[in-house]
Amino acid sequence: MPAPIRLRELIRTIRTARTQAEEREMIQKECAAIRSSFREEDNTYRCRNVAKLLYMHMLGYPAHFGQLECLKLIASQKFTDKRIGYLGAMLLLDERQDVHLLMTNCIKNDLNHSTQYVQGLALCTLGCMGSSEMCRDLAGEVEKLLKTSNSYLRKKAALCAVHVIRKVPELMEMFLPATKNLLSEKNHGKEAELCGLLYPALVPQLVRILKNLIMSGYSPEHDVSGISDPFLQVRILRLLRILGRSDDDSSEAMNDILAQVATNTETSKNVGNAILYETVLTIMDIKSESGLRVLAINILGRFLLNNDKNIRYVALTSLLKTVQTDHNAVQRHRSTIVDCLKDLDVSIKRRAMELSFALVNGNNIRGMMKELLYFLDSCDPEFKADCASGVFLAAEKYAPSKRWHIDTIMRVLTTAGSYVRDDSVPNLIQLITNSVEMHAYTVQRLYKALLDDISQQPLVQVSSWCIGEYGDLLVSGQCEEEEPIQVTEDEVLDVLEGLLLSNLSTPVTRGYSLTAIMKLSTREILNRIKKVVSVYGSSIDVELQQRAVEYNALFKKYDHMRPALLERMPIMEKTASNGPTEIVQTNGETEPSVPDTKHPPLVTQPANQVRACDVWTYHCWGYICVNELHSGLLVIPPMTAYNKNGLKIEFTFERANPNPNIAVITIHATNTTEADMTEFVFQAAVPKTFQLQLLSPSSNIVPALNQGSITQIIRVLNPQKQQLRMRVKLTYTHKGLPVQDLAEVNNFPPQSWQ
Amino acid sequence: MQFMLLFSRQGKLRLQKWYVPQADKEKKKITRELVQTVLARKPKMCSFLEWRDLKVVYKRYASLYFCCAIEDQDNELITLEIIHRYVELLDKYFGSVCELDIIFNFEKAYFILDEFLLGGEAQETSKKNVLKAIEQADLLQENLDFQIRLFPAPS
Repeated sequence: MPAPIRLRELIRTIRTARTQAEEREMIQKECAAIRSSFREEDNTYRCRNVAKLLYMHMLGYPAHFGQLECLKLIASQKFTDKRIGYLGAMLLLDERQDVHLLMTNCIKNDLNHSTQYVQGLALCTLGCMGSSEMCRDLAGEVEKLLKTSNSYLRKKAALCAVHVIRKVPELMEMFLPATKNLLSEKNHGKEAELCGLLYPALVPQLVRILKNLIMSGYSPEHDVSGISDPFLQVRILRLLRILGRSDDDSSEAMNDILAQVATNTETSKNVGNAILYETVLTIMDIKSESGLRVLAINILGRFLLNNDKNIRYVALTSLLKTVQTDHNAVQRHRSTIVDCLKDLDVSIKRRAMELSFALVNGNNIRGMMKELLYFLDSCDPEFKADCASGVFLAAEKYAPSKRWHIDTIMRVLTTAGSYVRDDSVPNLIQLITNSVEMHAYTVQRLYKALLDDISQQPLVQVSSWCIGEYGDLLVSGQCEEEEPIQVTEDEVLDVLEGLLLSNLSTPVTRGYSLTAIMKLSTREILNRIKKVVSVYGSSIDVELQQRAVEYNALFKKYDHMRPALLERMPIMEKTASNGPTEIVQTNGETEPSVPDTKHPPLVTQPANQVRACDVWTYHCWGYICVNELHSGLLVIPPMTAYNKNGLKIEFTFERANPNPNIAVITIHATNTTEADMTEFVFQAAVPKTFQLQLLSPSSNIVPALNQGSITQIIRVLNPQKQQLRMRVKLTYTHKGLPVQDLAEVNNFPPQSWQ
Repeated sequence: MQFMLLFSRQGKLRLQKWYVPQADKEKKKITRELVQTVLARKPKMCSFLEWRDLKVVYKRYASLYFCCAIEDQDNELITLEIIHRYVELLDKYFGSVCELDIIFNFEKAYFILDEFLLGGEAQETSKKNVLKAIEQADLLQENLDFQIRLFPAPS
């Protein structure tokens, strides 16, 4: 039998498939070959076959027949086999599989292997997916490895132990002695990991480690953008949070270091902000003093002003969690929060809205409501219902005057009327009834709104009801608050009848209308009303028919009771407070926005990547843009090196393979003035430790008004990996006069020289 | 971290690392839904989203999406740094890494991830140390007779 094909060969072949069917066929053929190879117990090629199987598994095809083969690979003596075997185990053999436990013995042997990389593989596998039984069996071995002098293994053992303890909490005791010694390590150990489960007595040690980290000198291998080992700093802060949570003494011991981290951490990059964020979370969770809490909230306030939307998002989420407990401190940042209502990102808008509602109080109600109503006008439909409910709630609590209250309600009903929740209608009706002096004003405004638009059902329902109740005020023109309108009873009846007839009205709305018409019968348009009512006595809608028949009976047999029955409603008591549902959820949880899943995701490319083949669909098999697969993942951001007198020079970067010490910079010179810049010469000089090579420019004229650019390539050799600096000299002729300028360029992104 | 997924802009999975046990069917369902959700996000939106009861942190590097699901109390910003660190490691290892490297050498991408993260947490914060370990493990793989004692451990 010929040797099974190699992994890369298989990948290449499968990728040439032009349809799903073709791919399936190739896979089936290869699976058959692999199966027979497994049956032959072929040791030589088992590794290769399992690797191929793992690839096919990633594509979505079944691979369960390879599970036992993974075990055989793990048991093999060859390191290559073990590597693939353990990978296969982690992908195919989670604890739900029957054969999972068979790994235990192999792992046990490998934990005691003479080669640390084999031990590492075993620890990694156990720490990723060991079941509780396996952890119980192997805890002893892990504990032994915690005490080894080999720091490579110690770190792995520590994290593996965390997993073991998570799976089998009773085993925690076993690891305690070993862990206490770990913390006295001087170097950047992840051993601190384990301590999250241990004594508060560790707090001083943790504080000391953190302090050393912040104060210590530059350690290039652990550094990220100038900050010492941020991953470890965040871990320690997290631990302090857990330890200080319910312990006063620990919390006090941490105060100083938390304040120090909060004030000394550099915030220009995401890394620094990540540490600050963790610090804030810790301060909020432990029993910190109020000064520290205010410091934390101010950090969050600063985050809100950050250009990075991720940081604004994180700030809003955290503020939402603390707004109840630290209300006054959060209030100080109210205007920034309100500005976030205008953000482009949906999640940020939602959080800003929730937070805004939480911050509304008697003092700021007018200003806040203006902003929130503006938001209601312009926000996406998914927000409107919650926002409307929130507005009603806030208005009810803090309305400065009845007139303002009614106006606010009107505004919501007219702008977002169709999104208002159904249960708001009765609440609003009750509100209006109880504002006795505003009845005339209210009914007039509602009537006018109806004349404009009858499509928003909640608005129509409330209006109909009001007209029914206060129709007399409307007709007699008694409004004091604004210019009373002239309207006759017939006109009013026209409007109400129109609602009954309109296709836009729901059955519920029609019910409201009919009842309203009936209530108007206390006045002189009786005949017309009687006609309308009798027509609906044979309506298809059962509810409507019933009402009409009953009202008809009222006219015929109980006319003497009619006025009393249809009299104006008295002021209603609020029984149970079943107002609009509380939308401020202080734990900040909201529903994720569900995208329209009916269409395959059509991915559009960002504007700065112009390629020949652009948009493609999910099912389009062969049109994958090959160019894009080759584009490097890590792109160094471009920078502006010089920008003066209309001349702008931008640097873009490329990685020079294979020599990483060479930075290849392309300069782009553009000119915003009205005259061309001719005889343009760009010269550059670098410090002694660097070497520079300047290739020929594309031309020596920079066209006016950005109509073109000069490009030129610079190669900089930086063998000592020092910070890149450059002095540039520019000479050109502009409007007949020679121009010369010297400038220093210092703002190179770190990726270009690190 | 509960899991990490790498997928292309067409939604093809390039790597999946699960740190919590899940049935195969469930993994497929989660992957499918999450991939659709992330791909539907517009470029101006932030890197975090809430999905089921988890927080999802994602970042796009050229044609690949790196997507991590973390728990409620985890720090989203540092997760972004973890993703970035992983990309840097891949970049150093493959030399200007691109999606094709990860397609054709997926097992190496896993090996590197396993030297950087263990059980969902960062085990080694020094880039140099992670790369040295991988380098030496690769050397070991090339030696047929692996009874060799190794060089002292990177400290």
